[in-house]
Amino acid sequence: MNVAIVKYNAGNVCSVINALKRLGITPEVTDDRERLTKADRVIFPGQGEAGNAMAYLREKGLDATIRRLRQPVLGICIGQQLLCRHSEEGDTDGLGIFDTDVMKFCPTRHEDKVPHMGWNTLSDIKGPLFKGLKEKDFVYFVHSYYVPVTDFTIATTDYILPFSAAMQKGNFYATQFHPEKSGGIGERILRNFLDLTV
Amino acid sequence: MALAKRIIPCLDVKNGQTVKGTNFVNLRQAGDPVALGKAYSEQGADELVYLDITASHEGRKTFTEMVQRVAAEISIPFTVGGGINEMADVERLLNAGADKVSINSAAIRNPQLINDITKHFGSQVCVVAIDAKKTEKGWICFLNGGRIPTAWNLFDWAKEACERGAGEILFTSMDHDGVKNGYANEALSRLSDELSIPIIASGGAGKREHFRDAFTIGKSDAALAASVFHFEEIAIPELKLWLKAEGINVRI
Repeated sequence: MNVAIVKYNAGNVCSVINALKRLGITPEVTDDRERLTKADRVIFPGQGEAGNAMAYLREKGLDATIRRLRQPVLGICIGQQLLCRHSEEGDTDGLGIFDTDVMKFCPTRHEDKVPHMGWNTLSDIKGPLFKGLKEKDFVYFVHSYYVPVTDFTIATTDYILPFSAAMQKGNFYATQFHPEKSGGIGERILRNFLDLTV
Repeated sequence: MALAKRIIPCLDVKNGQTVKGTNFVNLRQAGDPVALGKAYSEQGADELVYLDITASHEGRKTFTEMVQRVAAEISIPFTVGGGINEMADVERLLNAGADKVSINSAAIRNPQLINDITKHFGSQVCVVAIDAKKTEKGWICFLNGGRIPTAWNLFDWAKEACERGAGEILFTSMDHDGVKNGYANEALSRLSDELSIPIIASGGAGKREHFRDAFTIGKSDAALAASVFHFEEIAIPELKLWLKAEGINVRI
């Protein structure tokens, strides 16, 4: 299987590469539009800052390419946020796959620290991405911005408020958490993504 | 549901081997760092910390290669520390696959390093480790693995680090470390009250009650330990089940 990771200005992708290699897949990291379009699966990862990341995608013409992808696509963390309409981070317009905005966490109690960093649970999981998982399984998060619960939400997590831990619209899947850092549960989610029937 | 409290085994690495001291001296061998980390991950450790205690240039290269192996084989987050003096060290270790870096003496000598790491890589990668000891002048920070006292008070320095963008504080009480008589819960609780970032308790774990107390009395977000795990005095799966029964939110 040919898995492409979108190469752009959004941090380190080596943990995603390592996680795929543990599943027996050697991915290609590329910003070549044709190679992304032809891949069997596309992973759109990301750490870092939304504004810079989006500027790079536009500069390379990757925004239009990603919107037109027809194979299963998985956005991770900033990847999920950039698939939305707009982010409060840097007042950034996103790719608009998910018709919702990305907001900054506003903690009201001292113990609610931002970024939301560490292991938290998934609730209301649905769809093939979570095959074999249970409610309240733990996954690993690192983020300061969140996507509210929407019609596209396929898993929620409660931190300060319930938000979209994962979303799906057609062939576009996205997780706010890092499956590549979420132990055996994360490996199962990545395996499920690779196993999606097209 | 809130974030789970984290259990973090710490592996001190010298010449490619895990060691652990008592009160920072008397190093004892305790196994291969990658195999050990993998075993901890499978037992339910929430994160790992690898500290390079090798001083030499050659040792640094060995450590970087070990970081690459850890990143390739282990599917939970890990932090690396020891011998990080400048941005080039941070870049080298993050490129090797580490999720976070822990800086200690270098941050006290050059606090701007915290700002630089945060600006380039985000605050979530920047763990500021503090070794401190309670004296008649209060809690004082130490440099170089506890050998050199500084003018910094623990709480002032932790606040300064937080304001400069540190993502977490890893606080080791030098008086408690290796003594297995519990964490410095009073100081931990004060750090947690005064700061808006997660606090990792370090130094003093000897029995499971100590972990509970670090979370309940010390209000820590995570508890780090080494020898109790390395020498199998406490097993992580049993520890977590017990903590859960005690009402602590842990990842099972």
